[in-house]
Formats: sequence, C-alpha cells, structure tokens
Amino acid sequence: MTGSSAGLISLLIGCAASSVLPDWTPCLSLTSLGKAIQTATMKHYEVEILDAKTKDKLCFLDKVEPNATIGEIKSMFHKSHPQWYPARQSIRLDPKGKSLKDEDVLQHLPVGTTATFYFRDLGAQISWVTVFLTEYAGPLLIYLMFYFRVPFIYAPKYDFTSSKHWVVHLACMCHSFHYVKRLLETLFVHRFSHGTMPLRNIFKNCTYYWGFAAWMAYYINHPLYTPPIYGEQQIRLALIVFLFCQIGNFSIHIALRNLRPPGSKTRKIPYPTKNPFTWIFLLVSCPNYTYELGSWLGFTLMTQCLPVAFFTLVGFIQMTVWAKGKHRSYLKEFRDYPALRSPILPFIL
Amino acid sequence: MSAPAMGTSKTAHTDSSNKKKKGPGTLATAYLVIYNVVMTAGWLVIAVGLVRAYLARGSYHGLYYSIEKPLKFFQTGALLEILHCAVGIVPSSVVLTGFQVMSRVFLTWAVTHSVREVQSEDSVLLFVVAWTVTEIIRYSFYTFSLLNHLPYLIKWARYTFFIVLYPMGVAGELLTIYAALPYVQKTGLYSITLPNKYNFSFDYHSFLILVMVSYIPLFPQLYFHMMRQRKKVLGYVEEYSKVE
Repeated sequence: MTGSSAGLISLLIGCAASSVLPDWTPCLSLTSLGKAIQTATMKHYEVEILDAKTKDKLCFLDKVEPNATIGEIKSMFHKSHPQWYPARQSIRLDPKGKSLKDEDVLQHLPVGTTATFYFRDLGAQISWVTVFLTEYAGPLLIYLMFYFRVPFIYAPKYDFTSSKHWVVHLACMCHSFHYVKRLLETLFVHRFSHGTMPLRNIFKNCTYYWGFAAWMAYYINHPLYTPPIYGEQQIRLALIVFLFCQIGNFSIHIALRNLRPPGSKTRKIPYPTKNPFTWIFLLVSCPNYTYELGSWLGFTLMTQCLPVAFFTLVGFIQMTVWAKGKHRSYLKEFRDYPALRSPILPFIL
Repeated sequence: MSAPAMGTSKTAHTDSSNKKKKGPGTLATAYLVIYNVVMTAGWLVIAVGLVRAYLARGSYHGLYYSIEKPLKFFQTGALLEILHCAVGIVPSSVVLTGFQVMSRVFLTWAVTHSVREVQSEDSVLLFVVAWTVTEIIRYSFYTFSLLNHLPYLIKWARYTFFIVLYPMGVAGELLTIYAALPYVQKTGLYSITLPNKYNFSFDYHSFLILVMVSYIPLFPQLYFHMMRQRKKVLGYVEEYSKVE
C-alpha cells in the first residue's frame, strides 16, 4: 500500500466519520485534515551544512519540508549560528560552485533526501541603500565645502569668498543637482536585486567617490581657476548636454523600475516606452550608463578641468565593464534579446 | 575547474601529451625562451660591466655611468612582460606584473635618469646590484622552467636570495628617491602649477614623497608573499626527489 493511497483511504474514512459522528471532528475541516495527512505522508528531507573550506559539519537540520526554500534554510542555520545572519550566508551545492538563490526550493534541487550543502561566510554585509546614500552624500557635501571655500583648503585670504566666474556657480548647481538626484533615486526609484553587499565595499566606494569629488572640487573652485576657452558658447552647449543626459538617465531609471513590480526580483528585457529618452533602448542595453557618461562629458566641457576628464574616463571604464556584464547576462537569459543592441555605446561598445 | 582568464588556443601546435597543458603553445614557448635568454644575457652584461668598472676604478663610486645604457635598455625591455601576461602566454596577473615593472621603470627613468645629481649616489649602486643579481636568477629560472630542466640550485636561489636582495633593493630605491627630493623641489621638475587652461596641477616633489610612503604598506606584503611562496616551493624537498 503506497503512502498516497493510504492517505486517500484515511481521508475517506475521516470524511465518513465526520458525517456520521458530527461531534467527533468539530475543529478539523476537510482541507486541514487533508493537509495533515499530506504532511504525515510527505518525504521529509534532512539537511546538513558543511563548511566549504574545512568540510566541518556546521549544522544538521532534520524534518525539513521539501518545499522549503534556501532562504528558509538560511534562517534555520542562522538560529544555530547567530553570528551568521542570512545575508552573509552563501549556500552552495558544491564547495567551489555558485551560490544558491534564496528562492530555490529544496525539492527542485539535485539533492537526495539527505541534502548536503556547503557554506561560505560572505563577511559582514551592508545594505545597498546604506552604501549608496553614504557614497553620494559625501560628494554633495565635500564639493560644497570647496565651493564655499571653507578654511584650510585655499590660502586664508580666500576663506569664504566667492568665485568671480559665473560658470563656477553653474558647475556647483549641476554637481549638487546630480548627487541630490542620485540620493532621491536611491530612496524612491531603484529596486535592488540584492539586499546587501560586503562591508569592505563601502570603504572602497566612498574613497573613490569622495576622493574624486574633492579632487575635482579643489580645482573648479580654486581662486586661480581658468574658465573655458570658448566662453559662453562652450558653457551653454555643455549645460544642454548635461541636462539632456540627466533627464535621459532619470527616464531610464524610471523605465527600469516599472519593469519590476514592488518587492519582486523579476528580470525582464527593457523596451522603449512613450518617453523619447527611452528610445535609446533600441540601440543600447544599459542606456543609464550611456547617459551618465554623457552627463560627465557635459560637465567636463563646462568646467574644462582635467581632473573632471579623468573622473569621466575612469567612470566610463567601470561602467563599460558593468554594461558588458549586464549585456552578457541579458543574452544568456533571453533567447529573443534584440540583436541590434550594444552594451553601452551604440554600435561601438 | 578554474581555467586561466586568457587561455591560448594554439592547441594545434602543442604536442600530443595526454596531460592538459594550460601553458603557451610551442611557438610562444620558443619566443619566451629567447626572450628570457636575452634578458639573462643582458643582466649578465650589466653585472660584468659593474665588476669591470669597479676593478678599473678601484672604488664603488660612480659605477652607474658604466652600465647606464644596458640598464635602461634591459629594464625598459621588461615592459614586454606585461604584454606577455595580457596576451596569456604567461600565467601571471597583468595588474601585478604591470605594477612591478612600472615601479622599476619609474625608478630608472623618472628618478635616476631625470635627476642627474643622484646618479653619483651610492644608493643607486645598492639597487642596481640588487636588481642585477635578482634578474639574472629570475630570467634563468624562467628559461630553465620553460625547457623543463630546472636545476634545483636555480630554484633555490630564486626563492632564497630575495631574502637579502629585496630589502637591499628597497633601501637603495628609497635612499635614491630621498636624495632626489631637494633637486626636484628646487627645479620644479615635472610639476605643473596653477593657473593654466586645464585647471590641473601636479607637484612632483609631493608625489615622490607619496611614492616613498607607499613602500610602507606594499613592501611587507610583497616580501611575505615571497616568503610564503618559498615555503610552498622549497618546503617539500624531502618528499619530492630531485625531479630535474
């Protein structure tokens, strides 16, 4: 007699009993009875978690439900090892393999009824939102310190003075606008796939953003600053490019947000929307980076400052690396991904 | 299975051994052997030049001038090693190799060559000797490794001599940079001041000080990395019989 037929017969007997003896099963409904039988006859899994490096047995969980997710297993593991909260756990099938996703279900994994997983500590984690807010608030404030010529930066006779070049004021507005926009997008627009990243990233990222912001701001707000050679024409063109790309970048962020319902981690191919700034999706996989490059090129032109050009170049290199990676994962995930698209620069890169 | 980031596809040329050789193909191996032989010879020339000049003059001073040209030529030639990593015929990190070669090239050109006054300093001899001995051993090590006939002596030398040569070289380099500082400040060498139309400035003097400071975190890391390599490579001598 198999488990399922035993379950069915028990169910029938239960139904019969409840109809004949109404007082016997006052609290059990048919569905909860069915579920109880299903649970009783379900094959429970045993899960053992080993350290990926030392292969030590770290944890043994018995009576794990087949439909348990990796996320739930992580919570259970966390109970026995409170120092390893779920965000810093990497659970894999193979010590050197890829991390399993929180959504993966136990019974759909290639494991036997005694599942062996390997654990790797990802290190202290910090939320993406925290990192973004910190790394963007820095440049905003640091630039302003240089703009207002706070003491100990330039010679004392310049303390709290104001630049005589109007482009310097414009540049401050643009730079500040850019980072305020980024902060607001972090709080209200972006939908993050991962909750956290390693803690050491915040030091690395902040050094980059804060360091470059200070370096650029020092020269732009310097008393000996030289305005652009082609004067008003150059500045006007630069401002147009900058604003155009800021709007473009924002449009892309909104479009990407709308691809993903709140709280979900779904991935879909982005397509052009009614907003003309999104039509660039026809040619490029990551137009947010394209527009970002454009904004900084505009800012470089506006300030005619070599450190800004360096910052633009380094940012471009990093964004190209990210764009190529994203483009590759789009191609891998979607068979029908549009062939015309390049990662970051139409037809070029 | 971790394959090297940039493998080579010269499988048509490799021999039909059953072992999966992730190294360069036959053509690349031949080229590398020639490269390493030439470099070994070059640094030997420098070594001989130093000895001859010492014997001729009878003193340690000013030996730099007798080997200036081959030093510049062969040290700069090492830039090719970055290319070798980038192309994949040598399984090293481009970044690490780039960093090491660039620091040597920087000292050769941007400090010793550019600041004439330091060329007669004894500190220059200190690092030149350290580099010469290190490179002769290193390039012959690579040559023999490529030919699969590495004498244990060379392997031992490579992973032992650095214990003295590395600090010696670092001392020479730091003292040389330090000696260059006053001249750089006085002449404003390689420095740009404001105002200028690129809104950029660079103070080479401060930069050199920064370079000196960077030795503090970097040197111990590299030194102890070599120590760990030494234990790994030489540590199990009793278990392996001398293969070559």
